[in-house]
Amino acid sequence: MNGVHDMGGMHGFGPIPIEENEPVFHHEWEGRVYAMPTPVPIPGGFRYALERLDPALYLASSYYERWLQVKIQVMIEAGSFTQVEFDEYLAYYRQNPQAAPPRREDPEAVQRALATIKSPKTKRTEEDIKPAFRLGDAVRTRNMHPTDHTRLPRYARGKRAQIVNYYGVQLFDDATSAGRPDEAQPLYSVRFEGQELWGESAEPNSAVYLDMWESYLEAV
Amino acid sequence: MTQPQQASNHIEVEIDAALRAKALEALLVEKGLISTDVIDAVVRQYEQDIGPLNGAKVVARAWKDPAYKARLLEDGTAALAEMGYLGRQGADMVVLENTPPVHNVVVCTLCSCYPWPVLGLPPNWYKSFAYRSRVVREPRAVLKEFGLDLPDSVEVRVWDSNSEVRYMVLPEQPSGTEQLSEAELVPLITRDAMIGVAKIETPKNGNGGA
Repeated sequence: MNGVHDMGGMHGFGPIPIEENEPVFHHEWEGRVYAMPTPVPIPGGFRYALERLDPALYLASSYYERWLQVKIQVMIEAGSFTQVEFDEYLAYYRQNPQAAPPRREDPEAVQRALATIKSPKTKRTEEDIKPAFRLGDAVRTRNMHPTDHTRLPRYARGKRAQIVNYYGVQLFDDATSAGRPDEAQPLYSVRFEGQELWGESAEPNSAVYLDMWESYLEAV
Repeated sequence: MTQPQQASNHIEVEIDAALRAKALEALLVEKGLISTDVIDAVVRQYEQDIGPLNGAKVVARAWKDPAYKARLLEDGTAALAEMGYLGRQGADMVVLENTPPVHNVVVCTLCSCYPWPVLGLPPNWYKSFAYRSRVVREPRAVLKEFGLDLPDSVEVRVWDSNSEVRYMVLPEQPSGTEQLSEAELVPLITRDAMIGVAKIETPKNGNGGA
């Protein structure tokens, strides 16, 4: 979707906020939010849910505030609890700021969580799909504007590029978010010259590399 | 006056987030949907165990062992697996070599994708709107803000991580460190250099050893 999350090339965000020796989590609640499981299906996936946050809220929230908002929303949408229940809990902790959440221990769940962190889940599939493009081919990205999740950023649509690498057949994020979780396509690494993307305002001698599933591309 | 207003609004938002996170955790625990120790363990993993020291060990080995370096550049996934550094958000790895004529830098303009198993969780600046929006369009200006001023003769390649392939930079080995051992090289290799916003300078105190 053409949301505010699709930020490549936008103006106005100012200098890079560099902080020396920053902690992994700046507040304890950030770590809790990061690590909190949401044991429900998330239709379209977590990233798409982030993208669908109200744009003003997206821009006004910090990184983990966005995660927190999405996690609350998806649990309510899945029926795990209601907004009323959540508001009651919020009111309780607002009135009792020293109160800690209850504890529940599940050592087997801990082992499973640690195993998930350590085990890489590749998106490559064994499907025998012949790639349409070869290394060195000139291509153009399609001028597409899907309303659901896509990994083709606005700044790179309708642009000329060159195939520079091939990553095999991989699960296609856009399709996963559109309810087709098993769709896979050949995935390429493509190179865009700076001037192709930014015209006269491009910096000298610079290029952008993006990963492109085959349906993003057309031959030139 | 708007400044104090903004500051207090921000603090309110922070307190509110802490409260909301606590309410969420409490609700999920009381409904039996999650356990507290899972959250504790995952936080601990990323605060203590999984971080840029992993990547630094990979780089140090690549600098000392040309055969490993060749494998790392040919098939990052397999070479990182040799050292046990595959994992969540790093199943499919590509390692980009920085050389005198070519400088690589990594971003995720759409969200915050970052090679967790070798670098840990990303710093705030990497996830910032400023970095996400600017580095694909004006990488040289952005690198200057990090103190890295590259001549126009060096080609800058910006890698936007928009699939599940994850990118890591193999920085150039600084001159004068050729005699150092792998263990002595590791502390020189920074997270920023392995994502491409810094180069590694030759240590000032002679051979850099303790």
